[in-house]
Amino acid sequence: MDLLEYQGKQLFARHGVPVPTGRPAATVDEAVTAADAVGYPCVVKAQVQIGGRGKLGGIKVASGREEAREHAAAILGMEIRGLRVHEVWIEEASSIEAEHYASIVFDRSAHAPLILFSTKGGVDIEQVAEEDPGAIASLHVDPLLGYQQFHGRRLAFEAGIDADLVRPLTGLLAKLYDAFVGEDAMLIEVNPLIVTPERELRALDAKVTLDGNALFRHPDNAALRNPSAEDAQEQMAKERSLTYVKLDGDIGILGNGAGLVMSTLDVVAQAGGRPANFLDAGGGSKADAIVAAVEVILSDEKVRAVLFNIFGGITRCDEVAKGLIEAFERVRPQVPFVVRLDGTNDEEGRRLLRDAQLPGLVVEATMLGAAERVVELATGTAIAPGRAEPGPSRTTPTLQTR
Amino acid sequence: MSILVDGETRLCVSGITGREGTFHSLNNKRYGTQVVSGVTPGKGGQSVDGIPVFNSFREAVEETDANTAMVFVPARFAADSILEAAEAGIRTIVAITEGIPAHDELRTSAHLRGLGDVRLIGPNCPGVLSPGKANVGIIPAAFFREGNVGVVSRSGTLTYQIGNELAQRGFGNSSIVGIGGDPVPGSSFIDVLALFEADPETDLVVMSGEIGGSAEEEAAEFIADNVSKPVVGYVAGFTAPPGKTMGHAGAIVSGSKGTARAKAEALEAAGVRVGRTPTEVSEIVVETLGT
Repeated sequence: MDLLEYQGKQLFARHGVPVPTGRPAATVDEAVTAADAVGYPCVVKAQVQIGGRGKLGGIKVASGREEAREHAAAILGMEIRGLRVHEVWIEEASSIEAEHYASIVFDRSAHAPLILFSTKGGVDIEQVAEEDPGAIASLHVDPLLGYQQFHGRRLAFEAGIDADLVRPLTGLLAKLYDAFVGEDAMLIEVNPLIVTPERELRALDAKVTLDGNALFRHPDNAALRNPSAEDAQEQMAKERSLTYVKLDGDIGILGNGAGLVMSTLDVVAQAGGRPANFLDAGGGSKADAIVAAVEVILSDEKVRAVLFNIFGGITRCDEVAKGLIEAFERVRPQVPFVVRLDGTNDEEGRRLLRDAQLPGLVVEATMLGAAERVVELATGTAIAPGRAEPGPSRTTPTLQTR
Repeated sequence: MSILVDGETRLCVSGITGREGTFHSLNNKRYGTQVVSGVTPGKGGQSVDGIPVFNSFREAVEETDANTAMVFVPARFAADSILEAAEAGIRTIVAITEGIPAHDELRTSAHLRGLGDVRLIGPNCPGVLSPGKANVGIIPAAFFREGNVGVVSRSGTLTYQIGNELAQRGFGNSSIVGIGGDPVPGSSFIDVLALFEADPETDLVVMSGEIGGSAEEEAAEFIADNVSKPVVGYVAGFTAPPGKTMGHAGAIVSGSKGTARAKAEALEAAGVRVGRTPTEVSEIVVETLGT
């Protein structure tokens, strides 16, 4: 779960990481009130997760109330690279003497948190890594030991921070690490980490990704919302506890198990089709989950055909079939469905589908065959079964191949 | 032989009294796995279809000589259960539970590594099946039979898909290992590849990866230097857009690293033939081993 800048800064503040004073606002009036409270000059910052939003007009300095109103009116509601701005963050303007960089990432291959620090902040760190890798100091922290002061000193001296800032940096990294562990974060990035004329360190930006699996321990974080990042279909899927990612094609996809669904997307793409979504109905998918999934898939108007690819382990194919039959009754889909069922109770599942004679539904015996068939149906190179041709659907002959 | 689980396996199931725990424990038992005990704190003294339940792993090990643990408890209790099993002396732990907080996994894995000789499979995995010998987990065993192809995979259902394609071409499996889709798996591809390399019953290994992280690239390097048996690869997620998590917590592509293409190329550079579909994987196995 990715946080907005201001949510990240509020999280930092709870752990004692110094951040500029600020307030969020969702309307122009709220923004003016916030600016008055923060004082002038202040900065109006669009709250969207886009790097370089400043260059795209999403960050503006206001020297007084009228300017604050103008900037807030311009930024609220604007679209930055396809994301609508629903909130602004009004913060005190900071004087900047130098820009540094600090982050803590979850390094999977090392099985440990990795702390990165560089005195070259304010620019894309990947660019620094490419052009001047020596400018980034890094080290792993033993998760059982946690952050120690010597970690901070090593990073500070290796990166060559000014001598008077070694101790402040060591202390600041301790607080960031505390936030990383305490909030169950997967990533914490501060870029830039500024040095003020008073020689103090401050987090001028905050990028925080939290572990969705740990939100039960953090009810406050679980309640945080980022409306601009939530697609309508993705939101609908979330409410139904389904794992759904919207893509830009026209073939709706449902499978069970993340790996199999990813593989299904690939096979459909290889067959010349363009998947409209990733949808993992999960292990043990019951009929209700299938109905919900069909609703989510079909709520995307671009979908021209749907592929169900199920290999039952915990998931029982007869349950999937029952769900499909119920979904057809409730939703009455207008696009063809291709279904491939294998695994636990597959014969029973196929029998249920055959008996139900669902309009526009074909059963294919293999994953590859199903992918090819759905691409034909979506691109219009095949006639939708059960519609143009009355009489027995293709279901019967394909079933007999197994 | 086979790897990780076999006729010597004496399984103790944590969470055996839960609905899913009971269902799969009994499934494993019916398959022939020696399910010797279960653990549910507060339910010691009860039994599940004749399998005795204990309050702790310590008791279960003392009373039933369990040498393998399967963890089926909800995510917020799972790390604790894994650590308890290790503390009680169990050296092979299979964690099925999905959704364990990543920081819990990190601490657990760091502690187990410190112990040195504990092998954790999972979490968020389908378990391990050694056809004809033992099934520990939720893999639908009916689709697989004994044979000489080892399978290691990050995904459950994709494992079944590949295993089933192999079965239709007449191949069976020495063992099928799901290492799980989480960011911090207890065992990596490398750990399992090393076991298959040493297993006389395994003639070829199918390795099924997916986007995210660098486990496949690390495995490629290991294969080039340490694996003499043929390895056939598969990578899921060629069409996954960057920045989106594809269901598995581990399956997220950030920047240029972790893409399916980069992984497939790394494997091919290490001499691994990579199938573009699960079907192509089975065709390559046929070509390599003959029918």
